[in-house]
Amino acid sequence: MSVLIIAEHNNSELNSSTLNTITAGTELGDVDVLVAGENCADVANAVAAINGVNKVLHADASHYGHHLAEELTPLILGLAENYEHILAPATNFGKNLAPRVAALLDVAQISDITEIVSSNTFIRPIYAGNALATVQALHAKKVITIRTVSFEAASEGGSAGVESISAGEQVGLSSFEGQELTVSERPDLATAKTVVSGGRGLGSKENFAIIEALADKLGAAVGASRAAVDAGYITNDKQVGQTGVVVAPDLYIAVGISGAAQHIAGMKDSKVIVAINKDPEAAIFNFADYGLVADLFDTVPEMTNSTKIS
Amino acid sequence: MKIIVPIKRVVDPYVSIRVKSDETGVDTGGVKMSMNPFDEIAVEEAVQLLEAGTATEVIAVTIADSSSDETLRSALAIGADRAIRINCETPLQPLSIAKVLKNIVEAEGAGLVIMGKQAIDNDNNQTGQMLSALLGWSQGTFISEQTIDGDTVKVTREIDNGLETLTLKLPAVLTTDLRLNEPRYIKLPNMMKAKKKPLDTKNFADYGIADDAITAGFTVQKVQEPPTRKAGIIVDSVAELIEKLRDEANVI
Repeated sequence: MSVLIIAEHNNSELNSSTLNTITAGTELGDVDVLVAGENCADVANAVAAINGVNKVLHADASHYGHHLAEELTPLILGLAENYEHILAPATNFGKNLAPRVAALLDVAQISDITEIVSSNTFIRPIYAGNALATVQALHAKKVITIRTVSFEAASEGGSAGVESISAGEQVGLSSFEGQELTVSERPDLATAKTVVSGGRGLGSKENFAIIEALADKLGAAVGASRAAVDAGYITNDKQVGQTGVVVAPDLYIAVGISGAAQHIAGMKDSKVIVAINKDPEAAIFNFADYGLVADLFDTVPEMTNSTKIS
Repeated sequence: MKIIVPIKRVVDPYVSIRVKSDETGVDTGGVKMSMNPFDEIAVEEAVQLLEAGTATEVIAVTIADSSSDETLRSALAIGADRAIRINCETPLQPLSIAKVLKNIVEAEGAGLVIMGKQAIDNDNNQTGQMLSALLGWSQGTFISEQTIDGDTVKVTREIDNGLETLTLKLPAVLTTDLRLNEPRYIKLPNMMKAKKKPLDTKNFADYGIADDAITAGFTVQKVQEPPTRKAGIIVDSVAELIEKLRDEANVI
């Protein structure tokens, strides 16, 4: 049987979360990818060139332009009968959309899987990653969201066909008003190779600049603990943790972060973890490969200014 | 407008959980339990709408055994008018919960549902979207702001790289993110008042819910501890840290 993947994109560029989802999909069967949006032919063509894609279904309509769950759901329901698995990334896009599809197919959804055991059995974290559940889906059709950091990104090199499919009627329950995207020269938090995160130890919004300076030196993304977000030092989209973004970079540097379970859940799969904290008892040191017990206001600028880092 | 706020009793977020040695689940015996934090935000938001005169009644609902009565009392203490517990000994899965909630929402004639975006035990993040789908309503998920204006509600949603604003036609299901509000501290007089507010215990049959609506869609085969990271080392200086990262870990 085949797998339908719902592509995440902004009508001009594919979101890298789709690449991870395609890799997961290829473990389950032949992968078709739905690219639904407005004037998104470029994205459909880009998806056709990804390894592992069998066919791209391209649906174009103004009411798909903002990827509203209410609008996309009937389109996906119309395609569902040909597929055993329907996959979306477990990003806010996929989390918003997939359960609406599952409910109307009258099947369970398996959320945020980190491993595929078999065509109906999956591993997923529960309790903020403090336990791993092995879950067997009982319905013939499975709606699944994929934890993107747990699957490699699919590479380019495919040559799938692109099939235009007709758009459905506009549902009109919701409408898009606007968005405020964080504009940054830095890499995307979810996919960066290096992440520098700050916690409550920074003490103020102004002091967060030293985190940003180190991140820029390392070509890293900036993250934060929930405590730092709650204290207003930085916006919520930078929150690493159970209730924020889950990251797994090659290098994660936690600065002034105590190491609450909910934060650990969002970064513990990083390859190398560094903790800088003046409290030697901070829980973060239990998870760090390299710990430095020191005042962050001395050590972070010292790192940033080091001539040993190019 | 009546608002329904579904809530769930979960292991307190500040408790370290233990996986049972027979791998059948997480040990919840003798563990401190609390209202799911996102649900607390949902109750607070609904009560603020009540206090502003936008809502006429706020009803807290749970589907659980009698141990959840105290959680419903907390919702009443925050300011919900009344509570309903659908008696259920075994925890239901998200699709079943959405089906049960749909019947309650329809029986009560509610015009808005506000609920947590996810429960911090199973972390599914499904029930609100599923309920919205089954009702054929609009959905505003992961919201950090809402403004009701006549027959629409304007919501600001947390998305992966910022914020998005949508206008939803009412009725709608809204799910809460962290920054929507700061739930109030419950004062003793309000806890006393909550004891006198109505808390009805109902059965599935009272809402015309058939057995096949609450069958499981998946089974949990085992629950295990995640692999632990092996302990690292403490370095003495920035110079040593940089050397390790460059020459030992090869990450800078």
